Amino acid sequence: MKPAFAVNNLSYAYGSQFVLRDLSFSVSQGEMFIVIGPNGAGKTTLIKLMIGIAKIQSGQIEILQSPLEDYSQKRLAQVSAYVPQGLPVGFPFTVEETVLLGRAPHQKVLGLASQNDLEMAQQAMTFTEVSHLARRKLDQLSGGEQQRVLIARALCQQPQVILLDEPTASLDLSHQIRIMDLMEKLKIEKGVTVVMVSHDVNLAAMYGDQLLLLKAGEIVRMGPPHAVLNFETLEETYNCKLLVDNSPLGNLPRVTLVPRKFLKP
Amino acid sequence: MNLNLEHNITRLLWISLILLGVLLIAFILGLSIGPTQSGLRSALSALFATRESDPVLYSIVWRIRLPRVLLATIVGATLSLGGLVFQALLRNPLAEPFILGVSGGSAIGAIIGILLGLSRFPGICFTSFLGSLGTLALILIMSTGKSILRKDALLLSGVMVNAFCSAIIMFLISITQDARLHNIIFWLMGDLSASDLPQVVILGAILIPCFAIVFVFSHAMNLLMMGKDMALTMGINIKAVTLILLVVTSFMVSATVSFSGLVGFVGLVIPHLLRLVLGPDHRLLVPASLFGGGAYLVLCDLLARTLPQQGEMPAGVITALIGAPLFIILLKKSRK
Repeated sequence: MKPAFAVNNLSYAYGSQFVLRDLSFSVSQGEMFIVIGPNGAGKTTLIKLMIGIAKIQSGQIEILQSPLEDYSQKRLAQVSAYVPQGLPVGFPFTVEETVLLGRAPHQKVLGLASQNDLEMAQQAMTFTEVSHLARRKLDQLSGGEQQRVLIARALCQQPQVILLDEPTASLDLSHQIRIMDLMEKLKIEKGVTVVMVSHDVNLAAMYGDQLLLLKAGEIVRMGPPHAVLNFETLEETYNCKLLVDNSPLGNLPRVTLVPRKFLKP
Repeated sequence: MNLNLEHNITRLLWISLILLGVLLIAFILGLSIGPTQSGLRSALSALFATRESDPVLYSIVWRIRLPRVLLATIVGATLSLGGLVFQALLRNPLAEPFILGVSGGSAIGAIIGILLGLSRFPGICFTSFLGSLGTLALILIMSTGKSILRKDALLLSGVMVNAFCSAIIMFLISITQDARLHNIIFWLMGDLSASDLPQVVILGAILIPCFAIVFVFSHAMNLLMMGKDMALTMGINIKAVTLILLVVTSFMVSATVSFSGLVGFVGLVIPHLLRLVLGPDHRLLVPASLFGGGAYLVLCDLLARTLPQQGEMPAGVITALIGAPLFIILLKKSRK
């Protein structure tokens, strides 16, 4: 499998403070790649570097076998899309208009929508199950619905890779699973490479093909869920008491937090 | 709802046409109504006065009122568009050139230009532009990073910049031992009376390309509504777009300030009303703000000319009387 991303010796610092130190890894095309790690591990910085929001200070990133710096901004937006953490704060468009904004990288400067653009938006809304909300204003929707609209907008860009920063944060259980199922469907049906930052190690175990465990800007471990999510590694990385066993769903690791009152003295 | 291309363009044309009609009506009212006639019929007949039938009226309508109404149209359009652009860039419905202090900075520049004895164009225009860039830089430095999105932080820096500008303006006025003192003060309140046709035409000729530049970036402003990171990953060069729009807008505002002084709140009232009716699509809002803002200031100026029993008051008084309460309502609403 050709790599969707190849990251080599990537380092990043705010002032003299290193956020990422000498990372090297690659992401295969068509896989779900989930970055996990404690707060301050540098997960968001990493994903922002990979999509070109933050400027590379040292090291290299290749997207689809071409160096990131060889892409024009518009060209990059035609092959990759990003769903940031949090929701937009500007004056709210309707759902349909928001999704249609995703066509911008394929349009001329005024962004007038062609018939093809409209069909793309329809398909994207159907795919993320927000068609019935088309005429509602974005700020009138629940967090989970807004997240699905923003993903539909990203799909409108027809990306080969999509990057998401904690898409399930602050969502209830049913919306979490809905978003994750959606990303898996995207991976399987459209062959899109999904790169995601997540705080939820169990969701990462259930959906990730490859996991990257970061701590303090360095790779602790990388590989399939079983290789990364083991008891010693996790306890040391997160610095808390954990239980890791097999999920009742099958051959998947399951991580359980252990509160202090359950610890034997 | 149908969102296809032809529908979009048709909607744009219709809205522009309707608002252009409103502007035209305002324009005709502005031309025909004045203290010399009473009643609508005699007012409208003033438009048809010829040099032979009534040379005095002819001269009033075409030599005095026409430049004034034209200036009001241009200034109103510019300030309204300026408000729209600042609101889009700062994602804040309360941003407006006057409230942010950009107009105040232009005024300092303009007064310095007046005191140096420069001509209105290009001299005072240029010093006024420098003044607006200075305050703009000050505001951006004071509310860097995330705090610029917080309404209170932005307003607070605006209030402070305005207070500072007022202090400098008062200082400059107090050291001026000049008969034109009254003129400066009147001009500060937003005065549209001192205009002659060739200068207004020059102003229009400078500003129309600016309007075109802003329209070109109207869809980029739409994408900015999704926040910086999403706009960036949808192919928008945020730094370039922001810089171009800020500089062009400051230029437009300072050019109008050097002609008409401080007319406040036009950029707050008009974009807010239009956004309520038309939604947040800037491809519609840019032309709509131009026509709507022009019509609004022509009407405000008409009120300013006709309300007082004797003489007249600056148009800025009317716009502030309407705009300031709306601002308070908006602020209260946004806190909820």
